[in-house]
Amino acid sequence: MDVAQLKRQLIAFTELLYREGFLDEQFNQLQQLQDENNPNFVAEVVTLFFEDAERILNELANNLDQQSVDFKKVDAHVHQLKGSSSSIGAQRIQRVCIIFRTVCNEKNVEGCLKCLQQLKHEYALMKSKLETLFNLEQQILAAGGPPSI
Amino acid sequence: MAVAGAVLRQNLPGNMDLCGKTGKGVPEFHVLAVDDSIVDRKVIEKLLRSLSCKVTVVDSGSRALQFLGLDGENSSVGFDALKVNLIMTDYSMPGMTGYELLKKIKGSSAFREIPVVIMSSERILARINRCLEEGAEEFLSKPVKFSDVERLTRYLLRGEADEVSEFGKRKLPKNCDLEVSSPSSPSSDDSSSSLCSYSRSSSPLPKRCKSV
Repeated sequence: MDVAQLKRQLIAFTELLYREGFLDEQFNQLQQLQDENNPNFVAEVVTLFFEDAERILNELANNLDQQSVDFKKVDAHVHQLKGSSSSIGAQRIQRVCIIFRTVCNEKNVEGCLKCLQQLKHEYALMKSKLETLFNLEQQILAAGGPPSI
Repeated sequence: MAVAGAVLRQNLPGNMDLCGKTGKGVPEFHVLAVDDSIVDRKVIEKLLRSLSCKVTVVDSGSRALQFLGLDGENSSVGFDALKVNLIMTDYSMPGMTGYELLKKIKGSSAFREIPVVIMSSERILARINRCLEEGAEEFLSKPVKFSDVERLTRYLLRGEADEVSEFGKRKLPKNCDLEVSSPSSPSSDDSSSSLCSYSRSSSPLPKRCKSV
């Protein structure tokens, strides 16, 4: 596949991600920060986010598995995830976190479990979409095209 | 002078450079950033580096105090710590909050003059007021954008931090979606719905740039 085709694919795919709410303006901010000195900046931040998110999702599962749920802990974790997802522009994840915190305030375990399910689902989707995005970028680089969109 | 400035700018990879304008011999603008989130630390560090600031990033208020030599230990203050020009701290951190860190800094004779900026994803009016009253330079909404940091460092470099005449004046921003995280209180909902960043100083940069 030639570079021009790949680039068109990348643009179309990125636009789709913004349209479907997977990404918001903050992601663009990160892309603007990427330069020759830090050509992998976005990928690095996103990787940190994935590791952090996975850690938090595991903690949440543990928290909610307890006989007596510590809602303060749950809230603290969700707040963390909300923050980091907002920092990379992961809008859909951020939105689930907002709902999660409301449900957590109501001390509704059932609701929290549902939110956790939703979070896991959105996270998996996001991860796969971003991996596709980075793959496309790598292909463009390999085909000799300039690094950024 | 203009030619020298142009040459400097050309050498840099297209990023804004606040410190390079005046050429060699000018000390770098050193920012101490404090945030418990690893993602946010990475982002704020890059934001500041892209503005050619020297950056020290720590993950907690206590580490920040350690760095500044304010942790009560009799360790000598590191050379680095003496040259901190700005402290940017997250509000919500486990252990010591950004507000508590702010109080400790403002309570120290050695460091109280250093501007402190608070960052938070939660726009709670009472919280914002408290921080500004305690001496915070500005309260930035997260996620922090390049334009926020650029405006901030530019204004501090020009020494306009002295203009406190507009203390308490709110800067009305554009559309911010509000997440109501405080107990329902109609008045705070109303006023906080249009707030993105708060500062002790007044209007957006372009106007202020004209003066002096």
